[in-house]
Amino acid sequence: MTAILGAVCGVFTSADQDYLVQARQMQALSLAVHIPLVCFGIAFPAMVLFCEWRYLRTGDLVFRTLARRWSKVMLALFAVGVVTGTILSFELGLLWPAFMASFGNVFGLGFTLEGFSFFIEAIFIAIYVYGWDRLPPRLHLLSGIPVVIAGVTGSLFVISVNGWMNHPGGFELRQGHALDAHPWSALFGNSYFWHEFVHMYFAGYIVAGFLIAATYAWGFLRGRWGRYQRTALTIALSAAAIAAPLQVVIGDWAARDVANEQPTKLAALEGLGPTTRGAPEHLLGWYDGHHVGYGIEIPRLLSLLAFHDPNATVEGLDAVPVQDRPPVNVERFAFQTMVGIGTLLALLGAVYLYVRLRHRRLPSSRWFYRAVVLAGPLSVIALIAGWITTEVGRQPWIVYRIMRTSQAVTGAAGIPVGYGTLVAVYLGLAGGVGWLLLRFSRVPLEADRDG
Amino acid sequence: MAEIPMVFILAGLAAYTLLASADFGAGLWTLVAGPGRAGRAPTREHARHAMGPVWEANHVWLIFVLVVCWTAYPLAFGSITSTLAVPLFIAAVGIILRGASYALRGQLEGVHGRHPIENLFALSSILTPFTLGTVVGGIASGRVPIGNATGDLITSWLNPTSVLIGALAVTIGGYLAAVYLAADAHRLGTRTLELDFRARALTTGICAGALALAGLLVVRYDAPSLFNGLTSDGGAAMIGFSAAAGLTTLFLVRRHHYGPARVSAALAVAAVIAGWALAQRPRVLPGLTIDQAAAGRSTLLAVIIAVAGGAIVLVPSLILLFHLVLRGRLDPAAAPDATVPTPPSITRKGRTRLLAAFAGTTLLIGAGVTVFADPGWARALGVICLFACALSTFSLATAQPDQKTSPSSGISSRR
Repeated sequence: MTAILGAVCGVFTSADQDYLVQARQMQALSLAVHIPLVCFGIAFPAMVLFCEWRYLRTGDLVFRTLARRWSKVMLALFAVGVVTGTILSFELGLLWPAFMASFGNVFGLGFTLEGFSFFIEAIFIAIYVYGWDRLPPRLHLLSGIPVVIAGVTGSLFVISVNGWMNHPGGFELRQGHALDAHPWSALFGNSYFWHEFVHMYFAGYIVAGFLIAATYAWGFLRGRWGRYQRTALTIALSAAAIAAPLQVVIGDWAARDVANEQPTKLAALEGLGPTTRGAPEHLLGWYDGHHVGYGIEIPRLLSLLAFHDPNATVEGLDAVPVQDRPPVNVERFAFQTMVGIGTLLALLGAVYLYVRLRHRRLPSSRWFYRAVVLAGPLSVIALIAGWITTEVGRQPWIVYRIMRTSQAVTGAAGIPVGYGTLVAVYLGLAGGVGWLLLRFSRVPLEADRDG
Repeated sequence: MAEIPMVFILAGLAAYTLLASADFGAGLWTLVAGPGRAGRAPTREHARHAMGPVWEANHVWLIFVLVVCWTAYPLAFGSITSTLAVPLFIAAVGIILRGASYALRGQLEGVHGRHPIENLFALSSILTPFTLGTVVGGIASGRVPIGNATGDLITSWLNPTSVLIGALAVTIGGYLAAVYLAADAHRLGTRTLELDFRARALTTGICAGALALAGLLVVRYDAPSLFNGLTSDGGAAMIGFSAAAGLTTLFLVRRHHYGPARVSAALAVAAVIAGWALAQRPRVLPGLTIDQAAAGRSTLLAVIIAVAGGAIVLVPSLILLFHLVLRGRLDPAAAPDATVPTPPSITRKGRTRLLAAFAGTTLLIGAGVTVFADPGWARALGVICLFACALSTFSLATAQPDQKTSPSSGISSRR
């Protein structure tokens, strides 16, 4: 069978495409729209279930109101996530058909499994949200548990594919096509994907937690500070505040895996031209093709971070030809944005946890709540910057050191038209979702309290 | 073995046609709600609400079809998506609009300027099934050659067969939606709505039948090899079966037997898809048989295992969902269950201390092991410790959520 496939493989050739950059931007735009919704898919069901569980344990109606109101938002965001996720799977075929034709047999399994997670999530989120007051309380709580599990496994399967693109294995290459594929070991025997998954899992709680907390902090600054709002803020902010400092540890793990498996990406993160022993790290600055200028140099920091040894040798960009290097300044900027915002969020989280655990109350400074309002959108920026770091850092490869993005792109015309259309549609969608959430927030609390 | 994933794809396609096209059909009926006995507003309302709990699950079938196709038949998938990029993109945009209208449904009541928005959403309900139908037509009439966008970007989907199948897809959607909505109205006891949708079901059912017959004529001249397949052996048997099931459905709808009508409608649609598959067999694309298109043995085996394993979880879940929905257990008017909250639990100080100590210990071990240990198992242990730390800290931070001190008082005094 493989022999037959090999015979027809040569037919699927890479195409001339004038709009490769636009195709990449279109894909990046779609990912940037979808990924914040994934965070809600990971973290929100667990928070809603926590509230309902607390209600069942204590009989405190505030928790029930909270779970009911949040579950409506959860369903709306899930519906939007369904369609933005559908666009992504369409785009894989529309924009990168040669990638799918050559390697779909290796990584496709991850998406097949994800499809089932998606099914379970869709089925039980409907039962949960439409089942309020219609199912017995304990059964209703139980119906939410598959949503939590499927939200986690869904992202796990998708990230297993991304881990494979960054660290490919489990097949033999012939004429640019994958033959003799072993999908299970390619996806799940891949040492590279676990840090990506755990990093994203924590990011889910950081983004969802800070975004939800930001809305209540905004309300606090406007004087809306009843028991309902304080409870909501405590739950969302606690989740984010705990995940943010722990993310630093996970980030360290990620950096070391990148250093070991993708040295070119690491060199691009820093803008390290020549291979260096005891490599420094530059804050800010600009990479001019050889060195980083105008930055603040911290000696030996890169070696220390990447290999836990201040004298370790770090491979530079010069180790690979120019056409095999990612765009260094985009990469540096994205990485430093992620790390910078991540550090601020971790500090904010630590302040909150100190006050909450030590003094058993919420912080009282208005400045704290102003910071939380900012932390919401900033966490989304850090999330997207993080994905830019890993995805742009993989360039010019779609399958790291195996297939170039330019070999994967479609030969079809009209990418700019599609790109423009998609921008307009996403703007409309964002407007619609914003309007919807505003409307939800204006429903009086009493409407949900009585069922 | 090369054919088993294709059976999954066809089954997924049948499920998508039966479930999601009915959803698109409901969107169609919100666009052309009048004239009817029940009036425009209640008709729109009914069409909008009926699909509520099942919308997302119905939609996932399309994802299922795509992912199995690109895993098991990657070469065919790449050829199809690159040549048929235009209709697929339009369908994708239509799906965004349909999803948006689902998320916003019911919220647009009484909002100024809602009619153009609602019509845009409803229009997407026509556009998506039509373009997806043209994709099927492009494949069935052999207009997708192997290769990266090697077919014609326009005539591959704007051709007689494609347009016909597109129109048929829209009509079948309208028909199925009308049958389901009539059944829902019957269950909810709204007689006028039931009669309206019954009339619509009969009209669109006859239209669908007429289109299908006309389609055979078009295919005869436009895609002779497909026509030969459809009129001989298995293909002909399936088409005949479909016609019989379609007529049975019309009869059952006329007699108000909506439950059996759903079943026979499902059989009619599934038979058309099976007939298409048999007519084209073993050719997937021109010059590409199913054996040539299929991925290697271990990939196919992995797909089969994944789908079989997934089905063990999926099938009972789907049965549960449809059981709840069709029995009206998730209807807005369903009787509420009495809630019996248990009395408040008592928190003990000793337990708080213990939890705090646990959180601190797991933090130290987790961070230390994750940062400094290299073997995979040690890292796994470190991450587990970090999760344990996160959970215990969360439990501490959310215990007694701030009952006695209200920070706003502290602030107002400071200001």
